[in-house]
Amino acid sequence: MTTLMMLLQEAGNMAIAKAGAGIGAGLAAIGAGMGIGRIGGSALESIARQPEVSGDIRSNMIVAAALVEGAAFFAIVVCLLVLFV
Amino acid sequence: MMRTLTKFLQITLLALFLAANPIFADKPEETVASQNATDEAHHENKKFNAGELILEHVSDSHEWHVMTLGGGTEHERHISLPLPCIVKHPTQGWMVFLSSNFVNHETHQEQEYEGLKMDEKQHIVVAASGDKVLDLSITKNVFALLISLIIMCAIFLSVAKTYTRRVGQAPTGLQSFVEPLIVFLRDEVAKPSIGPKYERYLPFLLTIFFFIFINNLMGLIPILPGGANVTGNIAITMVLALMVFFITTFSGNKAYWIHIINTPGVPWWLKFPVPLMPIIELVGVVSKPLVLCLRLFANITAGHIIALAFFSLIFIFGEANAGVGYGVSVVSVAFTIFMNFLELLVAFLQAYVFTLLASLYFGSAVEEHAHHEDHH
Repeated sequence: MTTLMMLLQEAGNMAIAKAGAGIGAGLAAIGAGMGIGRIGGSALESIARQPEVSGDIRSNMIVAAALVEGAAFFAIVVCLLVLFV
Repeated sequence: MMRTLTKFLQITLLALFLAANPIFADKPEETVASQNATDEAHHENKKFNAGELILEHVSDSHEWHVMTLGGGTEHERHISLPLPCIVKHPTQGWMVFLSSNFVNHETHQEQEYEGLKMDEKQHIVVAASGDKVLDLSITKNVFALLISLIIMCAIFLSVAKTYTRRVGQAPTGLQSFVEPLIVFLRDEVAKPSIGPKYERYLPFLLTIFFFIFINNLMGLIPILPGGANVTGNIAITMVLALMVFFITTFSGNKAYWIHIINTPGVPWWLKFPVPLMPIIELVGVVSKPLVLCLRLFANITAGHIIALAFFSLIFIFGEANAGVGYGVSVVSVAFTIFMNFLELLVAFLQAYVFTLLASLYFGSAVEEHAHHEDHH
């Protein structure tokens, strides 16, 4: 009986782990969206204020977006590890 | 309005509780499964497993699977390119053979070959004991690396020859494709980041950029010779990051190490008695290349997984109902085209970001000490 309970708990733990991975991936997407949204918003404001440096601003915006996305991808990698390893 | 809101919340919570109630959990379907087993023995009708398909496409393997004809019926034929396995057996020494030896071609079953077998993780192990062997095989990623190496050499050697033949003339042909990229990298990435000594690091930066860019692009082509997930292989990105780490460490001058061990402008109590600041800086020295590695790996692998998942939607819906499958395929193909354009942007962007960050690290390593205002 206790073995059955332990087995059931193990099965439950796996499901909870997968649910946790899914929630983590969603949170990572929210974080990336918020971060890149802010970057894009301030970039657009600066371009509106000074249109002649829009090329510079665009390259900096893309670099910053790639870095923020990198942080989100760490969370994705951890969630993938939980799901598939 | 608040009463209806709380009532709505109560009903929602009750519904969720009922739906998640373990009473409704699935019991193992023994009878249905055995019936399916006999059906499978007759028709080899494998259910479409999207997770398996995706993992198979983004991971490495000992053969290059090109296509499957007549999938899901008895006439299923796999067209794949078997790749050579180079293995050092613990007792039998070096063995070189094609990976197709591991599959019996009449029965399509796995078989052993000379005391070796392929386990379920696609690793080659000793058949009897399951011990590991030294495996230096040409796998799919190695073969794709060699292909992109040939492409890179073909492009750049021919462009270099064109430059020596046509000195001082306007660029033409392949030159006009390569020159803007190289000039962009030299003037916008290397020179501003590294400063006057940029020429020492420029060959490495250009090689890294074009290596990552061309491998990313090859990964987007769905059929041989493209489609191997090279830059999404964490071993490959880790080697690139290690190279950046070694170059940064070995070209660090005194100012660089002083910035790490004894950061100027930081209060003394962060460095002594508990050297918090040096520990943080040392963690930064290790974590910066690690972050480079993970960023490239995760971006490329995630892009491939998403594109493959969009395609798998067609087959998942098609299993339920062929008509729904055709309908979903319109949406799915549209989304996959969009994802592929995004992946093109990501291919260039990740190569650019890797190169930019590498050049920033090199720049910080060779930077001359110029903070005179911190000296007391």
